[in-house]
Amino acid sequence: MEHLNAVLSGIPMTLLVTAASFAIGATAAIPLTLLMMSPWRPGRLLARVFTDIIRGLPPVVWLFIIYFGVSIGGFQFDAVSAAIMGLGVVSAAYLAEIYRSGVLSLHEGQWEAAAAMGVGRLDTVARVVAPQAIRVAVPAATGYAISLLKDSAVASTIGVTGIAYMATQDARSNAGGLPVYLFAAALYVLLAVPVAVAARLAGNAMQRKVSR
Amino acid sequence: MNFLDSWLDWSPTLLNGLWLSIRITFVSLLLGLPLGMVLAVAATARRAWVRYLAIAFIELGRGAPAIVVLQLFYFGLPSTGLTLASMTAAVVALGLTTAAFTSEILRGGINAVPPGTLEASAALAVGPLDTLRYITLPQALRIALAPLLGFAILIFQATALCTTIAVPELLSQAYSIGSSTFQYLSVLILAGLMYAVITIPSGWLVTRAEARMSRHLRPAN
Repeated sequence: MEHLNAVLSGIPMTLLVTAASFAIGATAAIPLTLLMMSPWRPGRLLARVFTDIIRGLPPVVWLFIIYFGVSIGGFQFDAVSAAIMGLGVVSAAYLAEIYRSGVLSLHEGQWEAAAAMGVGRLDTVARVVAPQAIRVAVPAATGYAISLLKDSAVASTIGVTGIAYMATQDARSNAGGLPVYLFAAALYVLLAVPVAVAARLAGNAMQRKVSR
Repeated sequence: MNFLDSWLDWSPTLLNGLWLSIRITFVSLLLGLPLGMVLAVAATARRAWVRYLAIAFIELGRGAPAIVVLQLFYFGLPSTGLTLASMTAAVVALGLTTAAFTSEILRGGINAVPPGTLEASAALAVGPLDTLRYITLPQALRIALAPLLGFAILIFQATALCTTIAVPELLSQAYSIGSSTFQYLSVLILAGLMYAVITIPSGWLVTRAEARMSRHLRPAN
């Protein structure tokens, strides 16, 4: 039982890292999406190269680069900040791709109608396209949030005390062994369930307001 | 160009690590794909207990982080009296993860096979095994090809997690160079570039495969 408690005590940290990096990613993905879809060619190219490189490296390598590599005048990130930063940047790259396909799924008529009504380009994006594209993107973004929950386990490599870290600690010091890991694995699966249910409910409510 | 000199110095060691990462990827895929195929069929089996067992395995394998599965086999199994070498633990863990993920991809491919071709094969009195072998699988594999390639890239990235179980692959080599020279940033960037040189062109290949496989959906010119 004490083994299970040790693993359970990692839940808040796992949730914190997941939620914080998802929030960073979901926000940073907005300018990235705009750049990706901008009429300005160098901008598109820049966004492409940026996302390709971010997604090309394993997330654990980004965490190592930020945690061990970055030191600005004696300043270094602590493990939790490094994990949130790293996973946040990785999320931004994936979520931008998801937002983009949300925008592309809208009917062209939405843009045309806005233009015909004399709505400016910025307003068209902010008030016509974005609200609908976000609704379309919810299921895919949820899927990503769930995989991010799993990816947050990677932060244990730099000492972030989430579920995965607690399991390894317990296995090494208290000889918890196999059951502890099985419990940790099952815990990640279980934690994903409420996220999926909440997002499905939110998604269903939002879907009703999309025109395609 | 100071850092280029050190990059040249480190390259042989890192390339050794990269080669090991690539080999782990291939062995994991070699173990995982056939098992994934079996799971895909088992998950639609008529016997309920076979189906439930397969689905439970698939859900656990997909839901559990790869790093936990790796450590389960390396640090967890010894408590049952079975100790695996780090390389063995790595390919078994990544192979099982591969099986769980690819079974879903393959099942998607099998479900996407046009039902008319199955009806036709039944009408021509082709047996169930021959239908699977000659009608279902060739079409399902074509449909599943692009997502399978995409997954192979993910497994290649996941080999970096083997650092935690003392496999001397690319990231682990980079880290040990970093800890002896304290030039973490430089060596980790070089290692990152080596990952990117494999994953980014492979990503383009996946996009091309996707476009090719969905050619028939585009209107003909």
